[in-house]
Amino acid sequence: MAADPGLGENQATSTLASVDAESAEWLRTLGGAGAEREAAVERLHAVLLRVAGNEVHRRAPRLRLSGPELDDVAHQAAADALLAVTAKLGQFRGESRFTTWVYKFAVLEVSAKLGRHFWRDPGVPLEGEDWERLPGRFGFDPAERLEWRDLAAALRRAVDEELTERQRQIFVAIVLKGVPPDALAVELGTNRNAVYKTMFDARRKLRAALVAGGYLDIGIRGRS
Amino acid sequence: MNGWDELDRFLRTDPRDVGCDKAMELLHVYVELVTRHPDAARERYPGIAVHLRACGPCNDDFEGLLAAVSDSI
Repeated sequence: MAADPGLGENQATSTLASVDAESAEWLRTLGGAGAEREAAVERLHAVLLRVAGNEVHRRAPRLRLSGPELDDVAHQAAADALLAVTAKLGQFRGESRFTTWVYKFAVLEVSAKLGRHFWRDPGVPLEGEDWERLPGRFGFDPAERLEWRDLAAALRRAVDEELTERQRQIFVAIVLKGVPPDALAVELGTNRNAVYKTMFDARRKLRAALVAGGYLDIGIRGRS
Repeated sequence: MNGWDELDRFLRTDPRDVGCDKAMELLHVYVELVTRHPDAARERYPGIAVHLRACGPCNDDFEGLLAAVSDSI
């Protein structure tokens, strides 16, 4: 995987001197002391709770959580985001508005907590490999399913022969069992980036195998 | 989009993809740029744009942060 040219450039050139007035006020009060700081922390918590609450409810239709559980996740996310923001205040580089930087903590905390929550009620069978899921997973319609059999056999052969054990484990969990990547990362004791990198390499190998076997390109040319 | 296209889209990888950690590191900067100049965001951070198209969880975080920022504008 690569690095964007913009990444280093942005970090090197940003300075706190360029922050907007509202951001500067947040930094001044949160970096201060006494009653003024306490009031700023309270305001920050209210902001984080609002963003975390909105984010939990934005994701709610895809979750198997009820109202009180959603609120609990939002409150936990806001509390942890508050701790993170106050601990990392010195890391704010003024590349965005302070509030946008802060919102990110709330969104990522919600994301992480919902990933862990998955295992309380997985809702998917964790045993076995259901290769019959695949046509539906990729939207093959019934007219395509006869042709799909050859492709599926080639894909399964490539999964067995081309992937490492770790790549196979992650491919099976995500693609065949429908385990969300964040939940899988929790289960494997790793992180989202490592799961993504493993899947990235697996996808590259599988596509190369299908193209070499004439399955994928022929399919696309014939149907596009 | 048919099944073959969808499978090909899923398996296709882009060498510009920066991965989750780098995308999340600058997500706040990227989101602000998207709210003002979406095309400029994709041009300045092609590796993040590519990653968000391929990574469901990171794209979900992007959508969430974009919604939060949009709500506050």
